[in-house]
Amino acid sequence: MKQDNHGKNHKYGMVIDLDKCTGCGSCMVACMSENNVPFKEDETRKKDSITWMRVYKLTNGKPFPETEICYMPRPCMHCGGKGDHGHSPCVSVCPAVATDYDHSTGIVSQIYTRCFGCRYCMGACPYHVRYFNWWDPKWPEGMENYLSPDVSPRMRGVVEKCSFCFHRYQQAKDRAYVEEREEIEEQEYQTACTQACPAGAITFGDLNNPDHAVHQMVKPDPHACGKPRNPKAFRLLERLETNPKVYYISERDWVRKAGDNYLEGEWEKVKNNHDKGHE
Amino acid sequence: MKVDRRSFLGLGLGAAAGVAVTPATWKLMDDSSIWTQNWPWTPVPPAGEATYDNTVCSLCPGNCGIMVRKIDGRPVKIEGRSDYPVNAGGVCLHGISAIQYLYDPSRIKAPLKRENDTFVEITWDEALDMVAERLTEIRASGSADKIACVTDQTKGTIPGLFARFLKATGSNNVYAMDTMEKTWEITLEKIHGGRSSAGFDLENSDFVLSFGAGLIEGWGSPVKNFKINSSRKERGSTLVQVEPRLSNTAANADVWIAAKPGTEADLALGIAGVIIKESLFNSAFVTASGKGFQELAAVLGKNYSPEAVAQTTGVKAAKIIEIARDFARSSAPIAIAGRGRGMSAGSVREFSAVHLLNCIVGNINTKGGVWTLAAQDYEKWPAVEMDDLATAAFEQAPLDSAGSMAGLFTNAGKEKNIEALLIHQANPCFALGDAGSVTEAVKKIPFVVSFSSVMDETTQEADVILPGHMLLERLEDRPSGAGVAQRVTGLSRPVIEPLFNTKNPGDTLLELARKMEGTIGASFPWESYEECLEAVTGDLWAELSDQGYAAETATPPGGGVKVDFSFIVKSQAPVEMEGEAKDFPLVLVPVDNVRISAGSLISSPFAIKTVSDNVLKGKDLLVEINPETARANKLSHGDLAVIETPKGKATVRVNLFEGIMPGVVAMAKGLGHVLDNNKYVGGKGVNINELMGPIVDPVSGLDAAWGIRARLSRA
Repeated sequence: MKQDNHGKNHKYGMVIDLDKCTGCGSCMVACMSENNVPFKEDETRKKDSITWMRVYKLTNGKPFPETEICYMPRPCMHCGGKGDHGHSPCVSVCPAVATDYDHSTGIVSQIYTRCFGCRYCMGACPYHVRYFNWWDPKWPEGMENYLSPDVSPRMRGVVEKCSFCFHRYQQAKDRAYVEEREEIEEQEYQTACTQACPAGAITFGDLNNPDHAVHQMVKPDPHACGKPRNPKAFRLLERLETNPKVYYISERDWVRKAGDNYLEGEWEKVKNNHDKGHE
Repeated sequence: MKVDRRSFLGLGLGAAAGVAVTPATWKLMDDSSIWTQNWPWTPVPPAGEATYDNTVCSLCPGNCGIMVRKIDGRPVKIEGRSDYPVNAGGVCLHGISAIQYLYDPSRIKAPLKRENDTFVEITWDEALDMVAERLTEIRASGSADKIACVTDQTKGTIPGLFARFLKATGSNNVYAMDTMEKTWEITLEKIHGGRSSAGFDLENSDFVLSFGAGLIEGWGSPVKNFKINSSRKERGSTLVQVEPRLSNTAANADVWIAAKPGTEADLALGIAGVIIKESLFNSAFVTASGKGFQELAAVLGKNYSPEAVAQTTGVKAAKIIEIARDFARSSAPIAIAGRGRGMSAGSVREFSAVHLLNCIVGNINTKGGVWTLAAQDYEKWPAVEMDDLATAAFEQAPLDSAGSMAGLFTNAGKEKNIEALLIHQANPCFALGDAGSVTEAVKKIPFVVSFSSVMDETTQEADVILPGHMLLERLEDRPSGAGVAQRVTGLSRPVIEPLFNTKNPGDTLLELARKMEGTIGASFPWESYEECLEAVTGDLWAELSDQGYAAETATPPGGGVKVDFSFIVKSQAPVEMEGEAKDFPLVLVPVDNVRISAGSLISSPFAIKTVSDNVLKGKDLLVEINPETARANKLSHGDLAVIETPKGKATVRVNLFEGIMPGVVAMAKGLGHVLDNNKYVGGKGVNINELMGPIVDPVSGLDAAWGIRARLSRA
């Protein structure tokens, strides 16, 4: 049952269970280690601290002892754009085709050697997933030995972001090709953060494939660009129609409400009405 | 030549056409675009064949199975081993960061000796000769009992070799950090009699009542507990967290109970009182195994009524009754103690009050309960050969009678002088309360030998450094600990040749023993540490070396257990904080932040990068206070403030957080390292241990400090 995206196309996506996330930070470090993300002396200026995967801390804003907190890991959303046609906010504005939408996987790429650092994409991205290299990366002497050849280190003047560990997809495809298989299995392509998460809060797979856990968890609506039919699932800033491929799940009302900005009284109308398509 | 309009245009067009047609233009543009992005200082990681090696992480007592991804033999990434019984695929951020620890240029690369205020490189032979000579001198002068050794833990063959070396020398002064594991052992001994260590079958429990145990802050075996916690919903298990602050564990729990800090024991006794009063306890178990139950019931009824406990703890009486009923009516309830990561000892009063709950519901040595595990005994050591010098000195009283590391250094400042100190994977000058005084005490010790591979605060005070291998370079058995019910012994194996001129501390000790006079060498008959490990682990070796670990099946110890309730009645004095309330109106509590490593392990640059800017901003640490506390002290978010305790003061910034009890100040542990060669981690924040002091627990003799009075004012 292949529903959209023409024929055999995949639509890789992620589901993050916010009730399971403990805020431990393993995903952030697994990502840094997998993708050769550099570090510098002061990483406390978070606006220029490059973290493809970043864990935000949300609070319900209530006073002690009614306070609640929730941790929210945020990778690149790999938006499909309006109508899920691949016109992601960043792809639409890139003058260099340095970032592009891959219709066969649904992954938004970032080609560092094409990027000339205009940072339009950073302005366009509503999720702050993109980071600019204001400085050349420098590893302390000897530490460059842990760099992986699968991901090229970036240079000053280019933008970078989460790639859903695309190199792991390529490796899985290569392996399948050598073994004369057409398709890769669900477990063959998993991102580094999914693999590392000790709480099992992150699930990754093909949203188009009904056998994959991600599909079963959110039940994406093929007629509403993959809007979740699971009432506990939501996407960030759903109403922008960016059609992210990262879904969040929470039992808690206030957490789901934090996924978008609502006018007074608006949330009450939509909170239990997830089946409805775009207004 | 006359240039008219026609020829000008013609030439111009011709030139444009020429530029467009010639490949030189395009070649140059291509080259320049490549050149501008091919800075020689942007590394190009060499490609190669990818392989995986399995080993066991030894950075904390959790001992997770990890696999190391290698490119052409060069380790590049650490991932969790999915077929490992402890962590089943998951891995914590510190484990992943082991790759940075390995290549860290601030590692100690060769043996060093102190010369005035600097270290100079020496050969291994020189270093070992120096240490052997000095220790032989101390022995000859009859002070062998003044040689002390501090290690991260007591289990396993490397700590075993240290203990053996000290014994052969004539000293019974081997100390490990004061942790909750020690306090649990003492609590179990006092209540059940006999030596055993606590195992918590959290996996099979349907109600976990945690008195400040940070199950997802890294308590016990961190990744294992993350996994157990995350399956809570599917298993229908409830987690109730008692803590004055909304920690990650409290935030993730089903119920958060904010009791005043330091009143956890009272709350536990109050809950027990309700369970007994309402006859919800396991009477069959209590009558069969218990002693002094009636007496205890009377004391609880008299002094720990829900109303009285509500007064002490700030928790409503109705809530206490509700929790008591829910706890007692669950089929496998379990109550646990040990604050945060469990890396501090805590008071026996608190632990025994908490354990009372397990006792009255009869959940001892049952599925989903607390297990009294016998000591692990796979290590088979031959007898130590002791000469007369050693025998005489070994009979002397230890420098601290309770075996507390905090006590050792408090005593060292007093009359009991340490002549020589061996340090292995411990950093007392940073990690013990009143770190400033500990450093002063260590400075006074005439001869300090460190086996560390990083220049931590204690190693900076060393006279000789015999640097050890890092994880990934070193062989070591990793016995189970950290309160897990199922015992898994792991084998940490080298996956790469040592990068620097370091040695496995096991080998260092063997060589050192051979250089010493007397019978010391005779107690170390092995050629190498590997041979020793193989010999000592005996029957277990085949399994260890084969699959990298040996797992026991998780079955509760049989044979019944006795409960002495009268001990709980006896230990009634709470451990008070240092300081007077009138001078220091606030309470400072140390907090374990899962992303910051405390204790002997120093955080990696990766880990520090993930720390929130509400915890660390620039070089400033932020203390967490309730907005109400801030108003009372005229502070707002981000303000610079001075925090002062009876032990010291520091400049910090203020972070306002609704989820902390008014009047309480929370400060992250593990920051404020002084590391001259590591600007990514060193010099950031404040070490809370400079503001805290040890408090000796009246029963255990361990450091039971859980907080200190403080005041906070605008800087």
